[in-house]
Parts: sequence; structure tokens; C-alpha cells
Amino acid sequence: MRNRMVVVEGSFAVAHAVKVSRPHVISAYPITPQTHIVEDLAQFAADGEMNCEYMNVESEFSAISALIGASAAGARTYSSTTSQGLALMHEALFNASGMRLPIIMTVVNRALSAPINIWNDQQDSISQRDTGWIQLYAEDVQESADTIPQLYKIAEDPDILLPAMTCMDGFILSHVYEPVILLEQSLTDEFLPRYSPEIVLDPKNPMSFGAFADPSTYTEFRYKQEKAMAVALNRIEEVANEFNDVYGRYYGGLIDGYLLDDAEIVIMAMGSVIGTIKDAIDELRSEGESIGLLKVRSFRPFPADAIKKAIKNAKVVITLDKNISIGKNEGALCTEVKACLYNTDFRVPVIGFMIGFGGRDIPISMIRNLVTKAKLVEKGIFVESEIVDLREDLA
Amino acid sequence: MSLLKPGHRGCAGCCDALAAKFVLDAIGEDCIVVSPTGCLEVFTTPYPESSWGVPWIHSLFENAAAVASGIEVALKALGKKNNTRIVAIGGDGATLDIGLQAISGAFERGHDLLYICVDNEAYMNTGVQRSGATPLYASTTTSPAGKISSGNPQHKKNMPAIIAAHGSPYVATASVAYAPDMMKKVKKAAQTRGPTYVHVHAPCCTGWRFEGSKTIEVGRLAVETAMWPLYEMENGVITNVKKLRNIKPVEEYLRAQGRFKHLFTAESGVEEIKKIQAIADWNVKNFGLE
Repeated sequence: MRNRMVVVEGSFAVAHAVKVSRPHVISAYPITPQTHIVEDLAQFAADGEMNCEYMNVESEFSAISALIGASAAGARTYSSTTSQGLALMHEALFNASGMRLPIIMTVVNRALSAPINIWNDQQDSISQRDTGWIQLYAEDVQESADTIPQLYKIAEDPDILLPAMTCMDGFILSHVYEPVILLEQSLTDEFLPRYSPEIVLDPKNPMSFGAFADPSTYTEFRYKQEKAMAVALNRIEEVANEFNDVYGRYYGGLIDGYLLDDAEIVIMAMGSVIGTIKDAIDELRSEGESIGLLKVRSFRPFPADAIKKAIKNAKVVITLDKNISIGKNEGALCTEVKACLYNTDFRVPVIGFMIGFGGRDIPISMIRNLVTKAKLVEKGIFVESEIVDLREDLA
Repeated sequence: MSLLKPGHRGCAGCCDALAAKFVLDAIGEDCIVVSPTGCLEVFTTPYPESSWGVPWIHSLFENAAAVASGIEVALKALGKKNNTRIVAIGGDGATLDIGLQAISGAFERGHDLLYICVDNEAYMNTGVQRSGATPLYASTTTSPAGKISSGNPQHKKNMPAIIAAHGSPYVATASVAYAPDMMKKVKKAAQTRGPTYVHVHAPCCTGWRFEGSKTIEVGRLAVETAMWPLYEMENGVITNVKKLRNIKPVEEYLRAQGRFKHLFTAESGVEEIKKIQAIADWNVKNFGLE
């Protein structure tokens, strides 16, 4: 039955989405809060519900390394990790992208140590920004699941061939039970073609992967990755529409808006905080505030043109970041939004707030307070960027 | 022609190139080779050229065994496994040091793959720094002999024993100086199902400081002095040992190389050579080389 809603844990919905995407090889190492995804996948494999090899490896580093080998051999591959595990993969992330292997991974966003903390923020995936991976951030459980087949379709495009991560907020999405539509196998088969790459490790047609490039050739490899990201910029939007055609669901491609068109105050953010912001906007709209939301779904490739177009009527832009570049006192979204506006005629104050570190709650009242604070810019009081919601007894 | 094509950038007398050629000669074209970062990777694949006549992949320094295991699993999942052999060829640094964890994981999981360590006893690619395979008192650039140092203070890590402890069905030691023996062992390892291991002693003329024409000679001296015993282990039990007649004193092996030169100039050298001789004596007794 189509569009039947069930109440399941976020991790289960994602694991199910992986299953119907028909990967050949899954390789993972357990780490909180990613564990439920890989446990569910291991159970699918144990019950013979997936025609897939499930590898229990001895570290995240080997998890991604095994997938580099598997992907180069022509397999559709999947892994999931978070936080320390993703940091441990760092070196191999560059390698997977440089070798143009379309590995798909769910990053269940979690804070980084020290101090050790298992709760949500987005420092982990943001810190992998420059590794050459496509990064999409999901707003809710349904989107976290639906993004899986979308990413396979994008990443495996012969004109792209880049690895991709879908980012979902740890616990907030991974461990929440909410109504979702589990992806149907028949629709997924219709949406996502089988993976049949041409360039693979094959004794009948020997090729060398991962050669040594000296200064006379290295630059062009990077240039081609950047070009592939530019192709992905269009393809992400197209695939979101193709997904909508098959399943009847759409979350935006690169970005999405909520009450955005006439908004003078625009809040920008990524991930599960979008839901809270929408509730805050509903309240503020009912009080007569001209306010809207710009959800950034694709952080890499960064949709600079789409963002510029979407905020052209804004008088104030507020960015909410669950990450910080320590020493710059800014979150990544804030920095990138400001940078993409600089070489234009359009001038708008961009005010960056860093919130929700290490799982600290972000209530609607906080969003409202930040809007009030940002509006002080109209009176000439301008806070460029700051960590908010600090405890006085500890700060 | 060999499946390792000529024209690569290996040094004249390179032990790595010899080892890779022997491996491919032994296994043939139905294989996929994984190389960690190291000399072999650098000198065989200056983009856009490649010496490899078989499919080959280099990912990173410490992950060759994990990459190899992923290939093996992928071929199984794709129904393409057949008889294709998955062969990792790594240096001693990639094997005994930085890649040890990934190797341990791969051998524990029991993949059908062959891991070959080409052991030239230091990080040659980066300029002869010590590794866990560097023997006692060898002078390297990070364990140099000096006024108060006799070179590398540690003993060589016993990697074949570590692999055997994982329950590998076939572990062997070999030397590039004994090509037929090495190829026989590589073939046997490739024909044995499960994770198998061949540890190849490979004298590096550049790092050990001897003439490029003497690679085989120095390799033979290592075996003839019992510094490098040749043996096979099946399921943890030694099943074959190369017996030696007229075992030579270790001095003959040490004298042939610049990395041990300080042992013959400093006063303390006499005592230190005795300690190295004790290693050879232990090998003779432990492996029953006589």
C-alpha cells in the first residue's frame, strides 16, 4: 500500500532506506548515536532480507577503507558513523573523493571530544567540509531516509562520481520515533537504477587506481572534483524533483524556503533545528513579524546562487550554526553566507549565532530571543557573530 | 614479458621491483593488487604511466589490508569472485607499524586474500627512517649511530608470528635472493583459501648502503648467517625449514652493509656484534636450521 505511515525509530527508517537501495557491501564500526542504524542493517543481513555483504570491521578507518576497495571493485557501498568515527576517517575521506568513488554514508551528527560528549551538534560533518564529499543535511526522519536513494543517484552519475554523506542530527533524529513512510522497494527500484560502473578493478581490463601525481598533473585532479561538484549542484535539484515524481515527496533540492518570499528577516540553518525555527516563525508571523526561513539542504556543493536569489528581499539575515571555527568565532554557514554575498551589490547584515553545542536544547523561545537580538541591528547595535545561551556560572 | 612492465623509476638493484615481479610471475594475471603508500607505489605509477599489467589500487599508507578485504567482499557480493586472487604488497612500515591494525582486522575476519610484506627494514621511501622491522643496531636516519648511540636499540618485530597467532592457514618467510623458493611460497599462499601471508626479506641497496649489483648477494648472506630463516607455517605449525650447511658468522652479513659500519669502527662494536650473533644463534636453535 502506497504512502502508509508507520511509527518507527529514525535509525530504522534510514536502515530500511539503505536496504531498498540495494547496496552490495556495507562496512561499519559501532559508535553512539549511529549504532541503531548498523544494528538494524546487521539484522536485515542476518535475516537474509538483503542481498548484501555486511562487514564488521575493527575501526571506522577500516570501515571506509574497505568501502574504497569495494567501490573500486564496482560495488554499491554504504557506511554510517559519527563524531570521533568520522574524524578517524578523515584521511580516507579525501582519498575516496580523489579516486572518485561514489560511497554513501549517513553521518549521525554528534559533538567532538574533548570534553567527550555523545549528544548532537554538527561539528563533525562540518569539519569534513573540504574533503570533496557531497553533504546534504536532513530536517526530519523522513528526509534522512529519503535522501539515501537520492544520494546514490547523484553520486553514481558518471558526470559526478563523488562520495556523499547525508547528515542527520544525533538522537534528535536517529533515536526519535515519528510517523514515516518506509521507502517502497518497487518505487525505489523504479527511481534508482542498478549501479554498473565502467571503471572498475577487473583482471580482464587492468587499470591502475590511486597513482602518484606530481606537480605537473595534481592540480587537474582537484579541478575535476570541483567541476563534478558544479554538476552535482544541478543534479541535486533534478534528483529531488525526480524523487518527487516517483514518491510524491519533496524537501527542496539545494535549499528550501518557508514563508520566505516577502520576509524581511531571514533565518538560515541546517538540520533538525529547522522544525523548531518553523514553529518560532509561525508565532512571530501571527504577531505581524515579516520573517521567513531558508533551509540549506546542500552544504557541499554550496548553493551560493540559490541563496543569493532567495534572500534578495531580506533586511537582516540570521544564521544558526551548530558548529564553530575556533579562533574565527563563527559557524561555517555564517562564514559561507557572508562570503557568497561579498562580491555582489547586495548588502545585508548577516548575524551569526552559534547554538546547540553538545546537545544543548534549542527551544522556540531561544529562536525568538535571537530574532529580537538580531533586530537591534536596526538601531545600529550590530553583533556579528557569537555563541549564545551561555551559562553564567561556567562562562 | 613480466606483468610488472619495465620503465618504472625503481633504483638499479631495487629489491621491491624484484619482489613485485616475482609475485606477479608466481600468481599470473588473474589477480587484483593493493599497494599501500611506499616506494613500490611511487616508482611504478607516476601518473599517467603505470607499470602494472594487472588491476592495481593504492589508497593510503595504513589501510591496504582493509582495502583488499573490501575488494574481496565486493567480488563475492557481485558474483565475480571466481579464482581472482586479491594480493596486498606492502612494505615493512605499512605492515609492521602503521597498517598493523587493519591487517589484524582483515586476518581475523578471515578474508580470502594474500598479504605480502616486502621487508627492507626501514622507511626507504621517505629516506631510510627506522621502522618496527629495523634490526638491532642498524643505523638509520632516525636511529643513527653516534657518539652515545649504536644505532637502532630495538629488536625486529616478529610479524610472521603475529600473523600466525591470527590463525592464518599459511605463513611463510622468503627472500628476493631465493627467487624459486619465494615464487613457490607465493603460489602456495595464493592457492590456499583464507588470509595468507608471505614475509619477504628484501635488501635495499640505497637504505642499507651497498652496491646495487649486490642485492642478491646481501640477501643470501642474511639467510646463510641465519639472520633471516626461511620457513613455512601451516595452521600455526612450522612444516618446512630451509636447512643451512656451514652457517656463516653474522659479521660477514654486517660487513657487507654501510648501515652496520659503526659496529666495526667503535670499540663497543665487538660486544654488539656478539648480541647480533646471539639472534642468529637463537634462529638456528628455534627453527632447527642445522
